[in-house]
Amino acid sequence: MAEFINGYLIPFAWILGKILLFVLPLLVAVAYVTYAERRIIGAMQMRIGPNVVGWFGLLQPFADAVKLLTKETVLPTGSSPVVFFLAPMVTFSLAMIAWAVIPVNEGWFISNINVGILYLFAVSSLGVYGIVMAGWASNSRYAFLGAMRSAAQMVSYEVSIGFVMISVLLTAGSLNLSEIVMAQKGMWYFIPHFPMFVIFFVSVLAETNRHPFDLPEAESELVAGFMTEYSSMSFALFFLGEYANMIMMSGVVTILFLGGWLAPFDIAILNAVPGIVWFALKISFCLFLMIWVRATFPRYRYDQLMRLGWKVFLPLSLIWLVLTAGFLVYTGRVPV
Amino acid sequence: MIIASLAFYLFSFIAVVSALNVIFQRNPVHSVLWLILTFFNAAGLFLLLGAEFLAMILVVVYVGAVAVLFLFVVMMLDINVAMIREGFMKYLPVGAFIGIVLLVELALVFGGWAMSPEAQALRLAPTPDLTQIPNTEALGRIMYTQYVYVFQAAGLVLLVAMIGSIVLTMRRRVGVRKQDISTQVNRRAEDTVEVVKAEVGKGIA
Repeated sequence: MAEFINGYLIPFAWILGKILLFVLPLLVAVAYVTYAERRIIGAMQMRIGPNVVGWFGLLQPFADAVKLLTKETVLPTGSSPVVFFLAPMVTFSLAMIAWAVIPVNEGWFISNINVGILYLFAVSSLGVYGIVMAGWASNSRYAFLGAMRSAAQMVSYEVSIGFVMISVLLTAGSLNLSEIVMAQKGMWYFIPHFPMFVIFFVSVLAETNRHPFDLPEAESELVAGFMTEYSSMSFALFFLGEYANMIMMSGVVTILFLGGWLAPFDIAILNAVPGIVWFALKISFCLFLMIWVRATFPRYRYDQLMRLGWKVFLPLSLIWLVLTAGFLVYTGRVPV
Repeated sequence: MIIASLAFYLFSFIAVVSALNVIFQRNPVHSVLWLILTFFNAAGLFLLLGAEFLAMILVVVYVGAVAVLFLFVVMMLDINVAMIREGFMKYLPVGAFIGIVLLVELALVFGGWAMSPEAQALRLAPTPDLTQIPNTEALGRIMYTQYVYVFQAAGLVLLVAMIGSIVLTMRRRVGVRKQDISTQVNRRAEDTVEVVKAEVGKGIA
């Protein structure tokens, strides 16, 4: 019995505790990203934004949540009920399970697996299923068109994301996320890999269906794209999933290019700040960039989006991969 | 070890059930979704074997790319289940015949199964100690040294397949107004806009 408690129960409770420690702050962060987005875009467009509910409108996300919870759930006729309700759950849970491998500080992670970067790539490539399932199960033209666009879009940009990841892991010499962060101790990778940083960030925008690549839900032509038929809680799950995905992908950008939890300069004062604060600050910076892009750029046309993915990003990232490998080999810097 | 064997039975049970569901579902889209669940559980089994790289690659390649294309194609087919059922009795003899032929072939293949001595020797070849180097590195070392030509040949086969599919689907259509970025960028105001002083009451001819 003692063996059972020490061998199974205590580790299980410890893992469960760690998961709660990750998920609860994440959910609060998701709620406040939606608020931040409205306030920041409001400021950029010389409006005020939500400022009525609570102090400075700080309770607005909760008011929205309560509103969505109390609305009626509508199931369209001719839809496929199981797939219809599975789709938002898939979207939301995929955005959550990626955090299983993300290290937020030295030694702060749920699981430290050797193929962490591949796991992240796998999870982000599954994101398309939530959208495709929603589009198909809704039995609606707009939703279906949105889903088809999104399937093509996400598959296209995944290719360049993969190549960028390979360039980074060639330089770091490991697939383990903590080791990738530690390899950036001298120089964050966004300096040597700056073109890849830009390509990765733009691909992340396309992968999370954010502006200017939000064609799957382009309201001017497709009503709300794949979300057209969703209401109440199922809509809320899609909405939360989109913002959780943004935070997750910002975390990936932070780990691959912005040095994870490392302080900007190796100075005692900056090193005294806990790593998780740096990590949160860097994620907030990436999120701010995403929101800024939304307020600045017009939406891409569909053929332009495909052209950018296949004819610009793919060759560029492939050439950069060859250059990186050649540079590492000829200067004898290949990490062993 | 109890947990590991429990996980094994869970993964393999779900894998078998979902694989059966792939065949027995009437709706082809549901079949593809069950197929995806099968892939996932196969990846879980790989993980239990300690083959983490293969597990992740299985998810990335099969679930993330191949199954998306399946779903994409199957979603667009307008399949009427009733019409499929209509021809069931008509096609049954042909289908049964093909099935029996396949079954006999499989029986013949497995009946005459023998392990070649070279394969036996390969199995005995020492694999690197997995506690010392990670799985991915062990795979990379063997693939890029001993089997580098086979690896390259596989790459060439894929390249040929890719070029083939592009050639097959490429068609040049006339009268398509494609966007040419360089001409747009190189356009100057003086090439296209002319400022004219128009006289009152006359306009420009």
